[in-house]
Amino acid sequence: MNFLSSIVEKSASLTSMPAIVEKATSLVSIPVIVEKTSKVIPLPLQIKGIHLFLKAKNKVWKSKSVPVFIESPIPDVSTLAIEDIDVSNPFLFKQNMWESYFKRLRDECPVHYQKNSPFGPFWSVTRYKDIVFVDRRHDLFSAEPIIVIGDRPEGMAIETFIAMDPPKHDIQRKAVQNVVAPKNLLEMEDLIRSRAVDVLDNLPIDEPFDWVEKVSVELTARMLATLFDFPYEHRHKLAYWSDVIAASPETTGGECSADEMFIGAAEMAEYFTRLWREKEAKKEAGEEMGYDLISLLLSNEKTKNMINKPMEFMGNLALLIVGGNDTTRNSMTGGVLALNEFPNEFIKLKNDPSLIPNMVSEIIRWQTPLAYMRRVAKEDVELNGKTIKKGDKVVMWYVSGNRDERSIDQPDQFMIDRKKARNHLSFGFGIHRCMGNRLAEMQLRILWEELLTRFDNIEVLDEPEYVQSNFVKGYTKMMVKLSAKT
Amino acid sequence: MGSITFIEHNGNQHKVDIEEGSSLMQAAMDNSVPGVDADCGGECACGTCHVIVDKNWVSVIGNTTEIETQMLDMTPEKADTSRLSCQITVTEAMDGMVVRLPEFQM
Ligand code: HEM
Ligand code: FES
Repeated sequence: MNFLSSIVEKSASLTSMPAIVEKATSLVSIPVIVEKTSKVIPLPLQIKGIHLFLKAKNKVWKSKSVPVFIESPIPDVSTLAIEDIDVSNPFLFKQNMWESYFKRLRDECPVHYQKNSPFGPFWSVTRYKDIVFVDRRHDLFSAEPIIVIGDRPEGMAIETFIAMDPPKHDIQRKAVQNVVAPKNLLEMEDLIRSRAVDVLDNLPIDEPFDWVEKVSVELTARMLATLFDFPYEHRHKLAYWSDVIAASPETTGGECSADEMFIGAAEMAEYFTRLWREKEAKKEAGEEMGYDLISLLLSNEKTKNMINKPMEFMGNLALLIVGGNDTTRNSMTGGVLALNEFPNEFIKLKNDPSLIPNMVSEIIRWQTPLAYMRRVAKEDVELNGKTIKKGDKVVMWYVSGNRDERSIDQPDQFMIDRKKARNHLSFGFGIHRCMGNRLAEMQLRILWEELLTRFDNIEVLDEPEYVQSNFVKGYTKMMVKLSAKT
Repeated sequence: MGSITFIEHNGNQHKVDIEEGSSLMQAAMDNSVPGVDADCGGECACGTCHVIVDKNWVSVIGNTTEIETQMLDMTPEKADTSRLSCQITVTEAMDGMVVRLPEFQM
């Protein structure tokens, strides 16, 4: 997942263009076209239009190629010179080699510069304390224009506040945050639980199946459908859009093509525009509004006309869909894997289910579903003996900070009764701290409460398969077998 | 030694002794006052140590920094006298102070 800026196509490199054309393209920048035409042309058509425009442009002007990632075995980190370590390699998590790489950086070079990655040069910040420093200091480090390592590709400038600085960020976040505030979650908990129970009651017993597909993907899709009051029978679309929007090679080293992304984005815009109009009609007819996202946006003075700003509308929806999807999904899989790798913890859990809330935090630390967030230095900054120059990319590796022995006791151990388990980095810190953190915790808590009442064991049968990405730390497949409670 | 009273959203009261120099968040944690999460451990970076200070005591607790105000702004239950308790240093002058906890931390 790269939070959206990847609904875009890598397109012509401007450097090879004659100056006059360059000027023209920057004047008629695409977002402007979109805002101006939003009243006349339906949003999905606009997105298709941009796609065709970029495609044509790619044909006419020499296109800068999208990096192609071909998998090869990652070497033992001890064989590398420190300056050659490149943790942006999208196979580092896929081959499960990341622990030794980040340990070496934490120990030898905690603020590390990699100058020739396929994504360009970037700094890696790998210790817990330094990460908190960077995340808090939005005055020194900007989240714009994108929070993944790769550059923001040209195209549809969808606006998401995760990649905005104050004051814009604060205004946009405040407009939508009540949707996932604990008060509202309380209203949704029963529905989320009953939909989860329905999945668990229909799982095969004593028979191998893929946990990722049957449980993690299914439950997160159901949760998103509940949050958006999205047509339930089409819920898999939500997961699909999130996946295609999520993974482009140029931003995170993922596997999705630009064509798929554009088609997905256009389809998503179409669905949500329709959903918005339906709810708006309901509101005008004086019907009672629900607790879902669109109803809440429609009942708020500040956001009731959000649809007239399509880039903002799409940005906010997509941020919630993408943000809430594979993060929670991979925590659902990661928890089962962790309890299999640390079987004593499973026994502890069965003996004392009141540990569930603490375990949920520990799962989220241990998994770290989003490996990092990226910033750009707004001025020269001295950090742990290195000088980061204004304009440099800075990557805060939460996945490393969560294993930093300097700040976390026995960090490689999974301990469901860990003291201060909540003090992990997985949700980030500062003004961008994850808005959906309570929702994510609630879903995982419900899952484990319901699992414990039904099953005696969840056995992982094989090594899981991991996602190709430098950003999403997750699973594509994990075969398990359930035994029923006797 | 003086004391400070935390009142939970459900009305439960917790009187805790004043330990000069520690933060109000730490005072709540050390005395197991429920309803303070303190996810960032006192860095003014998570917003989950939110308290609402009784208005008579606002002048005693000192000013908010810009960063604290920004974090507080993202709390759905923010009130006029909301503070992040990790940013308040406890002193004897706070003897008798009352602070309320929000229904939820976020
Ligand atoms: C275990 C699950 C999750 C993890 C690990 C996670 C992680 C993160 C991280 C690391 C950030 C950026 C923090 C920073 O820059 O300091 C973030 C931001 C965000 N997350 Fe989550 N997230 C999760 C679940 C969710 C869910 C369920 C939703 C919504 C339904 C969500 C919505 C958001 C939004 C809207 C932001 C942007 C906040 C801002 O920029 O102010 N997340 N998340
Ligand atoms: S403990 Fe995190 S802001 Fe106070």
